[in-house]
Amino acid sequence: MTGDVFIYAEQREGTIQKVAFELLGSGRKLADDLGVKLGAILIGSGVESMAQDLFAHGADTVYLADAPEVEHFLTLPYTRAACKIIEEYKPEIVVFPATHIGRDLAPRVAQRLYTGLTADCTGLDIDPESKLLVSTRPTFGGSLMAQIMCPEKRPQMSTCRPGVMKPIEPDTSRTGEVVKVDFESVDADMMVKFLEVVKEARKTVNLEEAKIIVAGGRGVGSENGFENIRQLAEVLGGEVGGSRVAVDNGWIAQDHQVGQTGKTVSPELYIACGISGSVQHRAGMMGSTVIVAINKDPTATIFKVADYGIVGDLHDIVPAMTQALKDMD
Amino acid sequence: MDIIVCIKQVPDTNDVRIDEKKGTLIREGVPSIINPDDKHAIEEALRIREKEGGKITILTMGPPQADDALRESLAMGADEAILLSDRAFAGSDTWATAYSIARAVNAIGKFDLIICGRQAIDGDTAQVGPQLAESLELPQVTYARKVEISGDKAVIERALEDGHETLETSLPAVITVIGDLNEPRYPTIKGIVTAYRDKEVGKMTAADLNADEAKIGLKGSPTQVKKTFVMVPKREGELIEGTAKEAAGTLIERLQDKNVLR
Repeated sequence: MTGDVFIYAEQREGTIQKVAFELLGSGRKLADDLGVKLGAILIGSGVESMAQDLFAHGADTVYLADAPEVEHFLTLPYTRAACKIIEEYKPEIVVFPATHIGRDLAPRVAQRLYTGLTADCTGLDIDPESKLLVSTRPTFGGSLMAQIMCPEKRPQMSTCRPGVMKPIEPDTSRTGEVVKVDFESVDADMMVKFLEVVKEARKTVNLEEAKIIVAGGRGVGSENGFENIRQLAEVLGGEVGGSRVAVDNGWIAQDHQVGQTGKTVSPELYIACGISGSVQHRAGMMGSTVIVAINKDPTATIFKVADYGIVGDLHDIVPAMTQALKDMD
Repeated sequence: MDIIVCIKQVPDTNDVRIDEKKGTLIREGVPSIINPDDKHAIEEALRIREKEGGKITILTMGPPQADDALRESLAMGADEAILLSDRAFAGSDTWATAYSIARAVNAIGKFDLIICGRQAIDGDTAQVGPQLAESLELPQVTYARKVEISGDKAVIERALEDGHETLETSLPAVITVIGDLNEPRYPTIKGIVTAYRDKEVGKMTAADLNADEAKIGLKGSPTQVKKTFVMVPKREGELIEGTAKEAAGTLIERLQDKNVLR
């Protein structure tokens, strides 16, 4: 409805993505601050049954575009469907996930509607005076935070990365309204054809969902040096992360990168080893519950954000921790 | 196959420092480079030209010193380069940038394919590519990691978080590319000499675009930067001392107390 807050509920091959629940968590707060309803845009084929899950996670209304030609994500028909819903129901705010789908779709939608879009936000708030959306995002490789507003055009649009916003506790007794939107693609929407999707059977690094991350940076010194990091991560049942320096030097693969240009993580425990703590890196890990810093340089910025710090050589301390934990078993 | 490659000159963010008091960037002494993803875009255009023939035009919107980035592209092997530069573009957000570049593309006229880098390392938005495609009413494929041209179509592998999808697009289209796609070549000495001595960089200003003035620059930009600031570290941590073994033991105790280790 006019003035509501909408989020885009991303589904892939019939599965609602976790990030949709995260956006509902953030959207719920925005809607409550504005005293309006929270809507979820759901596009796909045979996806109506997902609405209940969206209600449970905070949606009041699900705007559903259900048609065979939108079974798989394709930019043009999805843009048409999303724009139709937005133009018809005139939300004040629309939040998309900063996934490979959301970052393809949201800019296209924003350009078509001639409205503003702020990418990869780490904070979404309502300005108490103007009631405008204030989108906070890291910029210049995370060196700086910027607050962006869209004062004139509507809706105000932003994307948020997976792992940044917190879902609310689901309540399966919550109900809501499903609004079905008549959707028909036009021939021009079919200029891109979907041929196939392939899941790659590499060992997936799931940093975003890890409870414990042991991360290494410049101080690790080499690819071999990461063995100490790996062993500690293994005995803790955690994942291995790396700073941009570690990734740029080829010591660890890019999908392990934490930071503004890498992944945003929020584990219960983050152990930063030989990481100086540039804003670029901090932008990716400040959501961690407990942060441990191990660094030779007592003036390293990482100590300012750590709950526990040890000044010393990570190649002494990390193996000592691994050994101590093994001895406990 | 005539290709337009859109690039951006960016400060090397690995070298960017910040004035923590003012909450602004210290740009002095920071080298400018061709945005890394855009270099892969240039390389892909060169590879396509090797197979299909045709002409590669590099287009950038930026200040006069972006000429350096264009010369470097020419040195890599591009045929022509155009600098879109005007004070009227100052303050453009991604919407107005895409709109202005789209008008410049229309002014260039003939092309079969537009290639952009996925995102620039200064803003990291990844928005201008798709927004350019929409402004031109062309199909788009983002996150391309493999591109095969066949006739008036392109078959593209698009990277996903957990794999990839294969898409077939009609041409002309806008493709945004990622680093996995190729390894950009270094300019040859001959290429460098030609780029700086023999080639001209074409210039365009706002007046050449046939653009709606209300849609360019700060005025045409829906978003506004309210403020910038340095993220303030906020934790009061405990420094753990002792030998490596002692410190490791103390840390483990603390983490157990906090219930993050069991």
